[in-house]
Amino acid sequence: MRVVVDYDLCESNAVCMSVAPEVFEVRDDDFLYVLQDQPPEELRAKVEEAVERCPKQAISLED
Amino acid sequence: MSDLSSVVVIGASLAGLHAARAVRRGGFDGDLTLVGAEPHRPYDRPPLSKQVLAGDWEPERTALASTADDDLDLTWRLGQPAAALDVAARRLELADGAVLSYDGLVIATGAAPRRLDDGGRAGVHVLRSLDDCLALRADLEAGPSRVVVVGAGFIGAEVAATCRGRGLDVTLVEPLPVPLGRVLGDEVGATLAEVHRDEGVDVRLGVGVDAVEGGERVERVRLSDGASVDCDVVVVGIGVAPSTSWLEGSGLPLQDGLVADATCRVAPGIVAAGDVARWTHERYGEDVRVEHWDHAIAQGTHAGQSLLAGDGARAFAPVPWFWSDQYDRKIMLAGRTQGYEEVRVVDGSLAERRFVALYRRGHQVVAAVGMNRPGPLAKWRQRLDDDVAWTEAVDG
Repeated sequence: MRVVVDYDLCESNAVCMSVAPEVFEVRDDDFLYVLQDQPPEELRAKVEEAVERCPKQAISLED
Repeated sequence: MSDLSSVVVIGASLAGLHAARAVRRGGFDGDLTLVGAEPHRPYDRPPLSKQVLAGDWEPERTALASTADDDLDLTWRLGQPAAALDVAARRLELADGAVLSYDGLVIATGAAPRRLDDGGRAGVHVLRSLDDCLALRADLEAGPSRVVVVGAGFIGAEVAATCRGRGLDVTLVEPLPVPLGRVLGDEVGATLAEVHRDEGVDVRLGVGVDAVEGGERVERVRLSDGASVDCDVVVVGIGVAPSTSWLEGSGLPLQDGLVADATCRVAPGIVAAGDVARWTHERYGEDVRVEHWDHAIAQGTHAGQSLLAGDGARAFAPVPWFWSDQYDRKIMLAGRTQGYEEVRVVDGSLAERRFVALYRRGHQVVAAVGMNRPGPLAKWRQRLDDDVAWTEAVDG
């Protein structure tokens, strides 16, 4: 599983960060950082929820 | 596991779609029907006051249901508002007279915008649905000499910003002396108004609309201070009312919304979610109704799970939050400011329009408001969930 963020769409609403803080962090500079772009399988459910809940549909998963 | 064989979800927007997903993903393998008043498949509303209204996005881009939803095996009943409910017989009647039987029901009928008495004149709009948006967009594309936006809440403010982005002259009329003053306090509210003034909006505070005048089409708005503003387009953003009129006579409890318990359950086999639902929020110890985007997802999901869980359902008590984009400003609010006793800016400043303000009630931080500070706001959201104490928050 590989996390891909479309930074042209991302608005740093930080929904992903509240769902999966292990993977996503919006920092003080207000940009989103992907902490691990190939997260372990046990985080899949959380990452999928983050994908689904992103208000801008800016996150996708590649298997 | 539940013993339901047929579930109907009324309301095909964000809450209803997520309730349907939760029901299916929770293992329900019976008949699942999604009823929607609008003819459209579920779509996302936030872009309606921004990207779609600006003309940057075509409506198709707001579609919510993805190919993953094909697996939900839904029966769609779109363009059919719910008309009546027989709770004892577990039967739902639609506007066209069709009757659906259910043994599990999710009510997510949302809310409808309040309107002014406009004499039915053309050019007067509300903004809630995709059709509302496209009608307003067509009027904006015709190049009106001035747009009057009534109500400086978040919808009105976003519409004003989008109209300015189109180069249109805008008057923003707000009955309160400070926009959102009751919610955010005078200083933060005044800052929001200043953002609009800086962008060239004619902001009129503390005045209401006495009349919408003209012929077949609106020509001017008469204000409560005696002023008159000529305009071709009026957008009314004065709040919404929960869509419960079809439930009158059903025996279900109605009080500015459909009343549910802490688990989102209204009655045996019936749950509620989204803008329509007033439920017992255990974190705040009161019945609340929340109209935010993220809330519709979270409560829709929770209500679907509660329906399957029956008596084993859990309480739903998240910290609410939302965002609003206006010009190049992103405003976020997490928590509830109701009954706050103190506001303090803990990061940035109101003057630079980049800040975090915390709201205190008793010894607790109850809310955080941010402008162009999404990263810190995300962290405050988490700390609110952890019931952070005021002294710890402002000292640390």
